[in-house]
Amino acid sequence: MVRRLRALGLTIPLLAFLFAAFIIPVLVFLWQGVHDDTYARYMSHSTPVLEAWDGVSEPTEAMYAALQKDLVQARKDKTVGKVATRVNRELPGGRSLFTSTARRAARLEAPYREAMIDLKPAWGRLETWQALRVAAARYTPTYLAASVDLKYSGDGSIRRQDEKRRIHLTLFWRTIEISALVTIFCLLLGYPVAYLLSNLPQRSTNLLLILVLLPFWTSILVRTTAWIAILQGNGVLNDLFVAFGVIGDDSRFSMVYNRTGTLVAMTHILLPFMILPLYAVMRTVPKAYVQAAHSLGANGWIAFWRIYLPQTLPGIGAGVVLVFILATGYYITPALVGGQDGQMISNLIDFHMRRSLNWPLAAAMGFVLLVLVMFLYWLYDRVSGIDRMRLG
Amino acid sequence: MSEVAEAWLPMRFSALFLAAGTWLAAPDVLAGDLTVVSWGGAYTKSQVEAYHKPWMARTGHRILSEDYNGGVSEIKSQVLAGNVTWDVVDLDSAEGLLACDEGLLEEIDSSTLPPAPDGAPAEQDFFEGGIGSCMIGTVVGAMVFAYDRSRLSPGPTTIRDFFDLEKFPGRRGLRRSPKINLEMALAADGVPLDQIYAVLATAEGVDRAFARLDGVKDQVVWWEAGAQPPQLLADGEVVMSTAYNGRVFNAYALEGRSLAIVWDAQILDFGNWAIVKGAPNLELALDFIRFASMPENMAVQASWISYAPARRSALEMVDTYHANSELDMIPHLPTSPDNMKTGIWQDTEFWADHLDELNERFNAWLAGE
Repeated sequence: MVRRLRALGLTIPLLAFLFAAFIIPVLVFLWQGVHDDTYARYMSHSTPVLEAWDGVSEPTEAMYAALQKDLVQARKDKTVGKVATRVNRELPGGRSLFTSTARRAARLEAPYREAMIDLKPAWGRLETWQALRVAAARYTPTYLAASVDLKYSGDGSIRRQDEKRRIHLTLFWRTIEISALVTIFCLLLGYPVAYLLSNLPQRSTNLLLILVLLPFWTSILVRTTAWIAILQGNGVLNDLFVAFGVIGDDSRFSMVYNRTGTLVAMTHILLPFMILPLYAVMRTVPKAYVQAAHSLGANGWIAFWRIYLPQTLPGIGAGVVLVFILATGYYITPALVGGQDGQMISNLIDFHMRRSLNWPLAAAMGFVLLVLVMFLYWLYDRVSGIDRMRLG
Repeated sequence: MSEVAEAWLPMRFSALFLAAGTWLAAPDVLAGDLTVVSWGGAYTKSQVEAYHKPWMARTGHRILSEDYNGGVSEIKSQVLAGNVTWDVVDLDSAEGLLACDEGLLEEIDSSTLPPAPDGAPAEQDFFEGGIGSCMIGTVVGAMVFAYDRSRLSPGPTTIRDFFDLEKFPGRRGLRRSPKINLEMALAADGVPLDQIYAVLATAEGVDRAFARLDGVKDQVVWWEAGAQPPQLLADGEVVMSTAYNGRVFNAYALEGRSLAIVWDAQILDFGNWAIVKGAPNLELALDFIRFASMPENMAVQASWISYAPARRSALEMVDTYHANSELDMIPHLPTSPDNMKTGIWQDTEFWADHLDELNERFNAWLAGE
């Protein structure tokens, strides 16, 4: 008992570190996906009025008056930009509507309804106010809805996003699809290599291992760019094909800037993550078992399929999970070599993190991706059993 | 827990963890060292030659030059964490506006900027849109389209040619973003240059732009980083590509490649100086920006790279290319009188309103058949 406690004590620094540097920041970030008080914080008059409004009846003069008061204040506090950016996420064009109205808000006179509609006809539209109502809510499903192509409206309804703007589900599906394909290719290519590695004498193994690890230590950008040089229309591979007469000069293969390019480059980059756990497990498989199988009359295929392969399953499991999960988060490689089909969901997350500063939507997409990966992990556990996974 | 405390709790937590992150990554900066962040490569080099070196010699302060890849998340992280290490950042207009809206930048009083040699105040000397409440324009760059003269002869001459696969078969390079592409598509569709954004603000206008892009869609190589298009052209992977004019200029003027720019419906935008909110060296940063906004210094930058000075009076002082005294820079600048006739100023406000929506539409369009 004391021993166990002592062992537990030794892991406390690690657990504390994980908790503070990983789990809490992730949770805090994901929290943003459902909690956004930008509007409520800076627009103190109109927030309660909007919350009290049913979202379908005609907006009242009191609502216009409260908004006018807030706009004057927000302009004075220089917070109107933040609020306008928030509203724009619910209503394209809402940003300029807000900033331009705020510029003139102080000069508006009652009745504010007529004055504001006079200034910008958009203030007379119900959908403008519905968008404000969504923006005013501190806790909101709007980002989660948006990340699965749904539109949450101010009247409380959730509908599918306008057909021309539906993109997230497509990208989630494509992310899973590409990751699965890359995982399969890595397994098919990595398994024989790992087998070779584990059955060669130590000296040649070390040399080969370095060949596996060398690309592993090279920058991802360099490897991706190298693949462009190899695969492109006037690249090394096509030149070789033409030189050997495999294809004509005018019918060169398109192997990059499409899905082929993404699959090739990602498979190459992630291959070490498959080979290393496989190699670690294969080294521990006693050769005697396969020999015994042969001596009992099994042919090569049966000895492999029924004796050798089951013993390497823990390594396969580790490699598959590792490669698949890493692949779902890839975005630089698909962005550079993927062309039209190259976008994955992480590219969109990256866009909202760095370009549009829509962190809540990025958080919501990250949450959906996390749930998706955890579901697949659970599924994998049910099928093959995580406890059988070994990293060596 | 009270409502206010509840609302603030996650904010403070995230600030705390962001602070931990930036603290770990904080470089070794001495007090009085100004950190200037820009895009790297030949562009940063031109700024170092024109501004950093003379400013350091004049003031005795050191400049730490850092490279970044655009985007405002780093600025947001620093400001949220209350641990700002960047002073001056070079931002494109759209990102500068966004960061300014979000309160991530210091306001800059443009009346303290140096006047033009003839005494005209800076506000009149800068090109329209070059002075914002948080941003001071430094260069004007253009997104142009370019081709390889050794592969296409006679080459394209108008934006229509770019979208004309019958007259000029072959792949096209376009940036994977709705920006620029939609504007150019409308220009090729016959929309007068001064009405592009008015048309794009309507649903029919957007449909029209996408319809034009549909015509070349299966021939497009989508690029992501500014370094890609000159390479794509040099490799023969595309016959024409949109590109930053400075990158193409570099390829032909410095590397001797046979690339040529077609000045038609090019989209102009500013590169801007901005100061991160809470910058450790606010006064130095302002001094640096004022120094870098002097017309004579701006003119020096234009001898290192083919981006034009953001103010009119500097254009007249622009000389020849630093690596080739035969090469007059003015015809290669986006604001030269000839090139200005065919240019469109990017409408930053339009994109601030519509980028999210059009980006979704653009990506959905890309993913569709």
